[in-house]
Amino acid sequence: MNQHVTACIDESHYAGAVCDAAAWASLRLDAPLTFIHAIDRTARPATADVSGQIGLGSREHLLEELAQLDEKRGKLAQEQGRLMLDAACERARTDGVAEPMSRQRNGELVETLVGIEDTIRLLVLGKRGETGAAAVDHLGSNLERVIRSLHCPILITPDTFTPPTRVLVAFDASDTARRMVKRIAASPIARGIEGHLVFVGEPSTHIERELEQARRQLAGVCASVTVEIVSGEVESTLRAYKQANDIEMLVMGAYGHSRVRQLLVGSTTTQMIRRARMPLLIMR
Amino acid sequence: MIRSLQQQWFSNLRPDLLAGIVVALALIPEAIAFSIIAGVDPKVGLYASFCICVITAFAGGRPGMISAATGAMALLMVTLVAEHGLQYLLAATLLTGLLQIVAGGFKLGELMRFVSRSVVTGFVNALAILIFMAQLPELTDVTWHVYAMTAAGLGIIYLFPYLPVIGRILPSPLVCIVVLTGVYLASGIDIRTVGDMGELPDTLPVFLWPEVPLNLETLRIIFPYSAMMAVVGLMESMMTSTIVDDLTDTPSDKNRECAGQGVANIGAGLLGGMAGCAMIGQSVINVKSGGRTRLSTLTAGVVLLIMVVFLSEWVSRIPMAALVAVMIMVSIGTFSWSSLRNLKQHPMSSNIVMLTTVAVVVATHNLAIGVFVGVLLAALFFANKVGRVLYIGSEMQPDGRTREYQVVGQVFFTSAERFVTAFDFKETLEYVRIDLRRAHFWDITAVGALDKVVIKFRREGTEVDVVGLNEASATLVDRFGVHDKPDAVEALMGGH
Repeated sequence: MNQHVTACIDESHYAGAVCDAAAWASLRLDAPLTFIHAIDRTARPATADVSGQIGLGSREHLLEELAQLDEKRGKLAQEQGRLMLDAACERARTDGVAEPMSRQRNGELVETLVGIEDTIRLLVLGKRGETGAAAVDHLGSNLERVIRSLHCPILITPDTFTPPTRVLVAFDASDTARRMVKRIAASPIARGIEGHLVFVGEPSTHIERELEQARRQLAGVCASVTVEIVSGEVESTLRAYKQANDIEMLVMGAYGHSRVRQLLVGSTTTQMIRRARMPLLIMR
Repeated sequence: MIRSLQQQWFSNLRPDLLAGIVVALALIPEAIAFSIIAGVDPKVGLYASFCICVITAFAGGRPGMISAATGAMALLMVTLVAEHGLQYLLAATLLTGLLQIVAGGFKLGELMRFVSRSVVTGFVNALAILIFMAQLPELTDVTWHVYAMTAAGLGIIYLFPYLPVIGRILPSPLVCIVVLTGVYLASGIDIRTVGDMGELPDTLPVFLWPEVPLNLETLRIIFPYSAMMAVVGLMESMMTSTIVDDLTDTPSDKNRECAGQGVANIGAGLLGGMAGCAMIGQSVINVKSGGRTRLSTLTAGVVLLIMVVFLSEWVSRIPMAALVAVMIMVSIGTFSWSSLRNLKQHPMSSNIVMLTTVAVVVATHNLAIGVFVGVLLAALFFANKVGRVLYIGSEMQPDGRTREYQVVGQVFFTSAERFVTAFDFKETLEYVRIDLRRAHFWDITAVGALDKVVIKFRREGTEVDVVGLNEASATLVDRFGVHDKPDAVEALMGGH
């Protein structure tokens, strides 16, 4: 199966950045680029006739009426989606991708993506969808579910995308983190980029050994690798580090803890996505 | 988890709340009317409707469907209430819930695929007729005032929505009830009101264990009723959920719905309510009013209880004629009018199935028996139809002493007879070849028929050679499965 860089397009103002990011990733990975637009019917509001009466053939009429309404909305959504996809392809071509592809699917975004997961090499998403443009700290309603449901790497972009030159890799010495480093080292995505390998927590010989090993792996692709151990609260410390070092992209593992724990204390991943003002590459 | 919670509860906030209120208003007259059918106080039906509505909102498998006290169930409990009283009804309600949970556990919801469309139509029509017939006692031996009130009520219900602006924002059944109650209070005519029919709820429902002796005798009394109610409740719920599935084009979890109905009935039984199930008419009203999620169902239940408890003074003054008008509307809306139009186009067999279902239900007042007869009849018609897919041809070989029979099609109990008679035993032959490579033997009757043919030929002194028996009888085993590979189907349908 051919592995595509797959980018999700919707009407939000993140679409442009998603195009750019996807084009960048597609060129770096030398993988074909596919734009995908999911037409989600469940998001449409129901119409209400509160007269509360049912008469001759109400059931048949109602079905006919609802079907007609959906038909109209469906056609519009298709048309709109095609325009968006065409625009995205055009933009990707200007960015240098030779043959971007596009496809439309009916259904929820998450379901759609899970259905085609085995063709996805890297998924590119905007931080928020078309329904959540206003609230600054609010995540796109689909984003967290997408991250939880899919197992491929996911690139989340803010509303503008500039190709990164300095990348921060958040390393917590876990299995996930070790695998993450291995994957980046094996992939052309970080080639020639300045890498910052950061561990948040108390230093120990064990951690230093782990970091050294990870550094050696990354040195194979990155232009340079800086290793740093800083102590403090994970999210704010990383944020401070990013600002201090002019970091342009963040790489991290996703959702380590159990869902019950997250429900109670919230998750670092969600916090990071929420606050980040730069592209975020999430590895599972 | 959180997302689906959001999706199933709060994705459609305003229309859901509105639809819930509209449904609650329509539920009140229904719950009262069905209590009267069952022969219990209106409060039994009202508590049941509240309880079932609220519990199915959480436990049901079909968001946006309305369940409450229903006519189909009420009709089944009439004798139980008349002979043994309310406490036994409550016990039977508990048992019904238990049986439904068991049915959900055994995934009996999937049995619905044996219920053909004609049977469903018959069920729906029969239900509408039963609801209508249940209103007749209110319309016999009464003064002309009642007829006038009912007619006026129907007029308001159907014409009010055509009024500009307010026609679209006020539920017309509510307007009907308010106006007729106003007329009744103003004119002071002597007609029956809801207050005359029994006790209305004056407090929130309280937990109470049915006061029946816990012994086998009790079980013997309530079990037949509970079993019937469990079956009818599940059938109506499954059919309604299919209708809501179609209307909203979203899937539902049928087995969860079975269990949800069970939990709801147990809850109703413990709070002094009668058994209930999903309601076709109310669910259509809910969807029409914009209700889509569990929130609308919950709203309907809660609003119903609030209104009834705090307005019971006023509810008791509603004239029965107003309720009758609302119930006639529900009956008209439930009936599948297109099925009458379709009588001309549909095949006779499906018409017979539909009409028989209706006739049996109307005669027995039991939807379960009607559906059972309908399903049986549909199966017979189907077997008969498929049995006709059998062709037997033959050819005399050039030597004049050998005949080859070709069997193509389905051999089973309905076509076995025809299979045997297709052979000519009077013809004097030395050899007979029976080619079964394009035939299917579905059951033991078919094998028996073949044995009979072979023996008959042998008795005439003919030697018989059967070709392709193994392929033909591959369909004999019970766990026969055609896998969805095109070549497997091809092999089955187009000869082996």
